[in-house]
Amino acid sequence: MREDWLMLIAELKSRFTSMVEEVRIPGEYSTDVPIFYVKKEGILDVLQYLKTVSGSGYEFLSDITATDEMGGEEKTHRFEVVYQLFSHQRKSRIRVKVRVKENEEVPTAVHLWNAANWAEREVWDMFGIRFSGHPNMRRILMDSRWKGHPLRKDYPLRGYQIFPTPEEPDPKLLE
Amino acid sequence: MGKDGAPSYFTTRLEEFVNWGRKNALWPLPFGTSCCGIEMMASLCSDYDMSRFGAEVVRFSPRQSDLLIVAGIIVSKMAPVLRTVYDQMGDPKWVMSFGACASSGGIFNVYSVVQGIDTILPVDVYVPGCPPAPEGVIHALMRLQERVAKGETYSQRREVAARHQKSLG
Repeated sequence: MREDWLMLIAELKSRFTSMVEEVRIPGEYSTDVPIFYVKKEGILDVLQYLKTVSGSGYEFLSDITATDEMGGEEKTHRFEVVYQLFSHQRKSRIRVKVRVKENEEVPTAVHLWNAANWAEREVWDMFGIRFSGHPNMRRILMDSRWKGHPLRKDYPLRGYQIFPTPEEPDPKLLE
Repeated sequence: MGKDGAPSYFTTRLEEFVNWGRKNALWPLPFGTSCCGIEMMASLCSDYDMSRFGAEVVRFSPRQSDLLIVAGIIVSKMAPVLRTVYDQMGDPKWVMSFGACASSGGIFNVYSVVQGIDTILPVDVYVPGCPPAPEGVIHALMRLQERVAKGETYSQRREVAARHQKSLG
C-alpha cells in the first residue's frame, strides 16, 4: 500500500510539478489516506489524470465536500474543497484538496463524474462555494429562500429560518 | 332501549351529542417522520390498539382525517409541507404533537429543525418522551377526547367564534 502511494506521489509530482502544492501521507501526518493539495488551476487535470490514466485508476468519486478554515493560522485561504476518490482495483482511497478564498470559484467536475453534480450543489448550499461551469448551480438541501450558508463558521448555530408557505417550484422542473 | 325491549330515550344538548360523536371517531392522519413514527405504529397495532378509542381508521388523505399526529422531527424544509397538509384537512381538526422533537425540537437545537410545530400550526395536545411510550399516546388521545367532549379545542373554539360572528350578522 505504502509503495503504491509513494509511486503515485512521485508520478503526480513529476507530471504536475507546479500544481501539487503539498502532499501528506499516513505515518508522517495524522491522516488515514494520502492527501494532495492541488492548486485551483490544476485541479481538473489532476482529477482527470487520476480517473482515466491506467495505473492510477481512482475512477470512483465518493464525495465532494468542504471545510471552513475561518480563524485558522493560515490566512491565505478560507475554505478547502475536498474530493474523496476511491479505486476499486486497488481498494484504496485518496483525498484531493483545493484551497480557495471567499467568493472564489472552483471549476466543476461534472464532465468527469456525473456524481459531482449534486455533491457540488451541496457544497454551494452549505458553504457558498460556487463551481464555475456547473449546469444547475442551485441549492439542493435548504429552501430556495434561505439566506446564508449554514455550515459556514460565521453562520449562527441557531439561525432558524422557518417558511410556512411552500417554495415556488423551479420552472425548469415543470417543463 | 330498555332491558325489556321497551323504547326509552334520554335528553341532551345537540352540541354535546355532536362532540360525543366527534370524540369517539378521531380518524388520525399519521405524519411520521422518524423514530416516533415507529412508536406511533406500535400504539396503532393490536397490542395497544388505539382503535378501542375510536381512532379506528388511519387515513393518509388529509381530507378524510380529523386528527393530525405529527410524530417526529420536522425539519425546516418539511415545515411548509406540514402546514399544507394541515390546511387541507377539513374542520373540525385536531393536532397531536408526538414526542420531544415535534413539541420543541428536542435535542436538535440547530438551524435546520423547527423548534416545535406550534410555531407553524395550533397544537391541541403534546405527548412528551423520546419517543413516547404507547401508553403515553393513548393517555394523550384520552385527554384529547375529554377536551373534544368539552368543546375546548382550537378548531372547536374557532367554530364557535365563527358561529357567533355569523349570528351577529
